[in-house]
Amino acid sequence: METTSFLPLLILISSLVPGIMILLLREEQFAMRTFLNLFGAVAKVALVGWVFAGYLSGEEYNFIFRLAPDLTFALRLDALGLFFAALSSALWLITTLYAIGYLEGGLHRNRFFAFFSLCVTASTGIALSGNVITFFIFYEFLTLSTYPLVVHKGTDEAVAAGRTYLWYTIGGGTILFLGVVGLYAVAGPIYFGQTEIIASLISEYPTQLTILFFLVLAGLGVKAAIFPLHGWLPVSMVAPAPVSALLHAVAVVKAGAFGIVRLVYDVYGIGVAEEMNFLSVLAVFAAFTIIYGSVRALYQNDFKKRLAYSTVSQISYIALGVAIPGALTSTGAIVHLVHQGLMKITMFFAAGNVAETYGHKKISELNGIGRRMPLTMGAFTIAAFGMIGVPPVAGFISKWYLGLGAVEAGSYWVVLVFLASSALNAAYFLPIVYRAWFCEPDHEVVERLRSGRLETQALLLIPVVVTGILSLTSGLFAAVTGSPLSIAREIIEKFYLL
Amino acid sequence: METYQIYSITSGVLFVIGMGGVFLSKHFIKKIIATIIMGSGVFLAFVSFAERDALSFADPVPQALVITGIVVAVASAAFALALARRIYQLTGEESFTIEK
Amino acid sequence: MTGLPTSPLPALLVGFPILLAILTLFFRPGVKALVGLAGCLLTALLAFIAFVEVTQRGTVIHTPGGWDPPLGILLRMDALAAVFIGMTALVGGFISLYAWRYLRAQDPATGGYPLFWPLWLFLWAGLNGLFLSNDLFNLFVTIEVISICAVALAVLSGKAGALKAGLRYLLAAITGSMAYLFGVALLYGSTGTLDLDHLGQVLEPGTTTTFALLVVTLGLLIKMAGFPFHFWLPPAHSNALAPVSALLSALVVKGAFYILLRLWMEVFGVGITYAAGQLIGLAGAIAVIWGSWQAFMQTSLKLLVAHSSVAQLGYLLMIFPLLILPPGVTADSADWLSVTWTGGVYQVISHAIAKASFFLSAGIVIMAVGHDRIESLRDLVGNMRITSMAIGLAGVSLIGLPPSGGFVGKWMLLKGILLSGQWWWAPVVVAGSLLTAGYVFMLLRLAFAPAREKEPFRPVPKTLEVVALLLAVSSFLIVFPADYLIQFLENSEIFGSGIEAVLKGGFYGND
Repeated sequence: METTSFLPLLILISSLVPGIMILLLREEQFAMRTFLNLFGAVAKVALVGWVFAGYLSGEEYNFIFRLAPDLTFALRLDALGLFFAALSSALWLITTLYAIGYLEGGLHRNRFFAFFSLCVTASTGIALSGNVITFFIFYEFLTLSTYPLVVHKGTDEAVAAGRTYLWYTIGGGTILFLGVVGLYAVAGPIYFGQTEIIASLISEYPTQLTILFFLVLAGLGVKAAIFPLHGWLPVSMVAPAPVSALLHAVAVVKAGAFGIVRLVYDVYGIGVAEEMNFLSVLAVFAAFTIIYGSVRALYQNDFKKRLAYSTVSQISYIALGVAIPGALTSTGAIVHLVHQGLMKITMFFAAGNVAETYGHKKISELNGIGRRMPLTMGAFTIAAFGMIGVPPVAGFISKWYLGLGAVEAGSYWVVLVFLASSALNAAYFLPIVYRAWFCEPDHEVVERLRSGRLETQALLLIPVVVTGILSLTSGLFAAVTGSPLSIAREIIEKFYLL
Repeated sequence: METYQIYSITSGVLFVIGMGGVFLSKHFIKKIIATIIMGSGVFLAFVSFAERDALSFADPVPQALVITGIVVAVASAAFALALARRIYQLTGEESFTIEK
Repeated sequence: MTGLPTSPLPALLVGFPILLAILTLFFRPGVKALVGLAGCLLTALLAFIAFVEVTQRGTVIHTPGGWDPPLGILLRMDALAAVFIGMTALVGGFISLYAWRYLRAQDPATGGYPLFWPLWLFLWAGLNGLFLSNDLFNLFVTIEVISICAVALAVLSGKAGALKAGLRYLLAAITGSMAYLFGVALLYGSTGTLDLDHLGQVLEPGTTTTFALLVVTLGLLIKMAGFPFHFWLPPAHSNALAPVSALLSALVVKGAFYILLRLWMEVFGVGITYAAGQLIGLAGAIAVIWGSWQAFMQTSLKLLVAHSSVAQLGYLLMIFPLLILPPGVTADSADWLSVTWTGGVYQVISHAIAKASFFLSAGIVIMAVGHDRIESLRDLVGNMRITSMAIGLAGVSLIGLPPSGGFVGKWMLLKGILLSGQWWWAPVVVAGSLLTAGYVFMLLRLAFAPAREKEPFRPVPKTLEVVALLLAVSSFLIVFPADYLIQFLENSEIFGSGIEAVLKGGFYGND
């Protein structure tokens, strides 16, 4: 193989080791814990940035360790993986700041931050894994490290949510395990990008490989919350806001979506997946989930649950983009990985801020909140417009590419799905925006903002503003080199030209 | 029917009786006796194989094995009896009543 | 057996613990524990030296007193034996440390169950002897030593429940031994040899052989608590003292599995039938499902862990059907065979470590709250962080989630299943994992839940918690030497001739 580099391993260690160290700290060691957290987060961003720069200048980074015959732990950097790693490490840094503010004075902070770091380790691991088995290892590791966060509050509701979460994810993980072992039994070890292996075997083992594709897809579909495997996501909203923000908007669901991208592009290859009609099945499920999630979101009064159903719907945009063959839809899907993450994390931060500052968790309680928290709700509004697909916010770009690609591929029904979904998005987000800005507060709680005081703690406010601005700028400057869109286009060119 | 065949068949019968006894009876002592009967069957089988075609004298190996086997069996039975006695002293029970 | 290098180490591995066991008898209770602990650690060290010796020199043998078989006894230490001896030393060493502290805390009046030490050292000698034995009768004697010591340890607390469970265990063990010995008698009668290598070469197929195979397998299944002979295991393992439960579940039942593996691969390799293999696999599959389900239904912590052992032993039984091709089928390559059996051995190791940690942690919890209802785990995370971590890690390894040792074992087993074409075992593995996840996370859920009533957690010696956690961590760390261990086993070509016979379809195969 190529030269070994410990850099990918270092990227994992930068969050793994702080996580383990935090677990061993005492609860009151606030300064040490904060230092470890921030050190890890900054180090990770710096390392990912360095590796990204190295990758662009043609460096290769591989780390390979044999666990057992045919069971090789491989970290390998490619554009798609780096894209995802950059997203999760950058958002980790922001969310860590947010979480430090959010959990001020809370219980079991060591446990929280420790498992939070482990989760990030797992999601970067997923991004950097070089073969199917390594992906699977981190995928399961993610399940395990998220569980303590879901049940973090320790209430009966949280514990019950944890049980639902586990049944879905462990069940999915087991199906995935079966699929992965099956792939290894049929095709031997598969590194991402070696699509020729399956391509050469598909005529010999069509049935086996079809079953295996759908086993793996079902396993991934649980985390990607594709109907009917989405049930865990709304329930898990009982977790603290930073967890919902980073994990259930970005890391966990994206792990599933990212896995689907890998499965179709890097394991089976688009050619095989299209030829065997795998993609049309995926498309139907994804399209249904888009509509289903949006409709369910309409009826939620709980702020976070509405966001959760919106996530269910939005993640399937990625799956649908993958399922419609063509460079444009693929670009849309991959850029949506980042855009959706930025917008949704903004929304969850905003929901967390409102709940933390005023205790409002229901949408019906949000009347006039915009006047009391202008910056928070401003960021939320930007993200909401993005979700609906209003230019120039990020969401518009992804939807534009997806829609254009669908037209190009001749799948007009998909365009209809996108249009319907956008209308539904508007129907469930605009009322929130309307209430926040234009309704009079119900109660006489017109606490005037005193000049010179922030609307909430600085650590809660800064992250939401930053991600809000990022959602706007990544849409505004989509044409500039280095924007998420430009990188996504480069990634896709590789798949379609090679 | 040759002599060793009679021994062999008897040993099989003893073994089966013993095994049935172990599984079917509930009383401690009956179970222990059943294991001893099983043991007798096994040792008889060994002894019956001591007469082998090519040898003009009895094969010494099975006999050595049987002696060792008897020692082990006696030790096990004594231990089982001690346990049964202790259980009886503590609880007054003399058989496995509640199957769990 | 000529040409193999001799070494005194095999003899020492058996003799040294026996000497120490006798030595401990002469000390008064307090000192006995110290001497016993020192002896255990020395034995563990000796085992590691022996393991290294085998990795350097390959198989080594020893004939005590210079007497050659059949009158003398040949001790043979090959890669498989070395791996099992190493496992015993690792797990046994940790358990000895734990026992030293635990027994003192449980029963300070009499100096902490002083008889534990000689019995455990005898048991260890028996285990080492079993792994080193190369003839059928020697295997019988060692497994009897193991059984009697194990039962004596299981009843150490002297409580009526433990005694009854112990008697049941002992009767099952005797029945198993007798069945095994009956098979040995038949094999000796038809071949005139007890030596495993020789037997493998001369054994002819026939009614006697098949019958011998059946009774030997039956006896060993009783001894390793294979379904439906698992009834004795849960009460015996759950009523024993915590370190003893760990020993019984982690090491003792593995002895019978070791014999079964050796016999099936080395001796019966050519005489076995497809149906018998499928039957054993079926027993294993039922054990996996039934044991896991039973574990899920328990309300007592130690019974849960004990039922989980029944299920995990079921996985080991499931490797046997994979070792035989269906009648009329031949194969060119044996790629699934080595995956299967090395995976089985690896599963033994990872289960031993994880289960030992699980039982030790259960002992800690019971010591802290005073009873072993599962409810007592409530708010464990808040009160005993280290033990919660140990239970979590050990549980994850039992489920077989990555990156634990159990994952590698399950991976290899599942791969063996798919490669051999006997795909019908795959759903069992998957369902077993799910059920295991069910009961492990039931425990973790309680551990995270708030306490209903404020039950006091009594302080527990830190040593105990640390030992349990170290074992749990080891169940993850063994992933790193996994590749080396598996290569070590594969390259030893222990089952070389057996594999060839399987590929040719065996005796009953190609007609």
